[in-house]
Amino acid sequence: MTKTDLPALTVADLQTLLRRREASPREVIEALHERIATVDPQIGAYLSLDLEAALKDAETVDVDLPLGGVPIAIKDAISVKNQPCTCGSKILRNYRAIYDATTIRKLKAAGAIPFGKTNMDEFAMGSSTENSSARVTRNPWDLERIPGGSSGGSAAAVAADEAICALGSDTGGSIRQPASVSGVVGLKPTYGRVSRFGLVAFASSLDQIGPLTKTVRDAALLLGVMAGVDPQDPTCLDEPVPDYADGLDCDLRGVRLGLPKEYMIEGVDAQVKAAVESALSHFQSLGADVVEVSLPHSEYAIDVYYVIATAEASTNLARFDGVRYGYRAEKTNSLLEHYERTREEGFGAEVKRRIILGTYMLSSGYYDAYYLRAQKVRTLIRKDFAAAFEKVDALISPTSPTAAFKIGERAEDPLQMYLADIFTNAANLAGICGISLPCGFAKSAEGSKLPIGLQILGKALDEARIFQVAHAYEQSTDWHIQRPSAIEPVRNAQPSKASEFQP
Amino acid sequence: MSSPSDFDVAYIAKLARLNLTAEETRLFQAQLKNVLTYVDKLREVDVTNVESAAHELARFNVFREDKARDWFTPEEALSNAPRQANGLFVVTKVVE
Repeated sequence: MTKTDLPALTVADLQTLLRRREASPREVIEALHERIATVDPQIGAYLSLDLEAALKDAETVDVDLPLGGVPIAIKDAISVKNQPCTCGSKILRNYRAIYDATTIRKLKAAGAIPFGKTNMDEFAMGSSTENSSARVTRNPWDLERIPGGSSGGSAAAVAADEAICALGSDTGGSIRQPASVSGVVGLKPTYGRVSRFGLVAFASSLDQIGPLTKTVRDAALLLGVMAGVDPQDPTCLDEPVPDYADGLDCDLRGVRLGLPKEYMIEGVDAQVKAAVESALSHFQSLGADVVEVSLPHSEYAIDVYYVIATAEASTNLARFDGVRYGYRAEKTNSLLEHYERTREEGFGAEVKRRIILGTYMLSSGYYDAYYLRAQKVRTLIRKDFAAAFEKVDALISPTSPTAAFKIGERAEDPLQMYLADIFTNAANLAGICGISLPCGFAKSAEGSKLPIGLQILGKALDEARIFQVAHAYEQSTDWHIQRPSAIEPVRNAQPSKASEFQP
Repeated sequence: MSSPSDFDVAYIAKLARLNLTAEETRLFQAQLKNVLTYVDKLREVDVTNVESAAHELARFNVFREDKARDWFTPEEALSNAPRQANGLFVVTKVVE
């Protein structure tokens, strides 16, 4: 093991090395920095790095803490004190967080080192990271393609070994879909399992923070640290946090897995369908019972999602008024003009579209027709899941109907882009947990290998169960070990000094 | 459900305190009308006697102790302000 191999490690393997004193936390940060300097010019995963602080933390960290000395990349929607928090938006371009999100506080207390912020669709609105106002992020498996979104920077960083692990946020699939198309593991916890305090709000009844990692075990390790009650977030659940990593090994004999018949529809790419079907046979060979179940209101999930998400976003984004923080338009003559021009100049097109849509749906005379009706259909979607979980322990589906699409391919058609989340957003509506993990590769027309993700959904607070199912699959397949070949590290690159790093 | 035909982007933009260019107004009008027509599908669902959704695992009466604690200093609270003076946020004049 040489220093250059360190960035490719999993959290679990890195901890072993650190605890045996075979590598130091400082060496790990330096090795990551070198990897980022040579690879990120092609990938574009990061928006900012704070390596000076990271190296300082590395000097004093106790490696015997639960995540002692483990560097972690953070989606730029989650506040890390004294680091930028731009949400990929011009309106927050010069903003620096003045406090730690609760998840960051917990990770730091466990010895983790948040050293950099990753690119995302502006305010997490998108499925390709193309809506970032800052830069393009490329899929490490095929540089012409998107890394998914909105947590595309976090997914690409983990896939390209520019990070050991990362945090993202998932409102309608923003952790699971990028994990799927970038070939990594991504978990959306149960609504309320992880505190949202310090996450810039998009849709408050749907948002959750979760990990993106190289293995299921790493996701379990991170959730164990992040989960738990928080007085700062009244929606956060006061429920015991099991040792997820300790309980991973499990015999799948007798475990009941459900295949929602509404999820293998037309529109699912043939290679994705084949990979998921072969995963189902693999589960059967491990002893699991696979049965077909029905989620009859599935076809409405995307409609309900876009009503609720845009309505909640339009109110959450009202706070960006150019008064207390963020971008402010210059030379305005009235307060109204100040608001209207600050928001015109500060927000990108997709954010504006959703603010308009959400404002319309909440406007006088339309609330009942849209938001209230959507919330009622949401109840029916929840009941579908509750009925399914009477029959099965977990549900299996594709994470995304297709592998990574090309940069620019769907940019002109918001509706097509929205359909990328067709299998993920129901879990947010129902408040349940879900994980995506690699289950094969599609071959693109140009011959590149594109990761395919398998989604496993569990009932509320049943993360331990979906971790077990995912771990059993992962450990008996080799998809997660394969690495992208598209990246050619820049030879002889000189790592920039931390303070010089300006993507 | 009201018909998307009365959807007027320019009017909604005023409500949202969001200036749009003529080009954006034209483009969003077409794009969002498409989305609204799509979500019109929700009309098909019978929601008679269905309750509106809330937290999957409802929590009630979430309180914390009513006790003073350290929070942001005025300097920290002002540290991201586009304009500030004398410990205050400065905005465009609102009174004559």
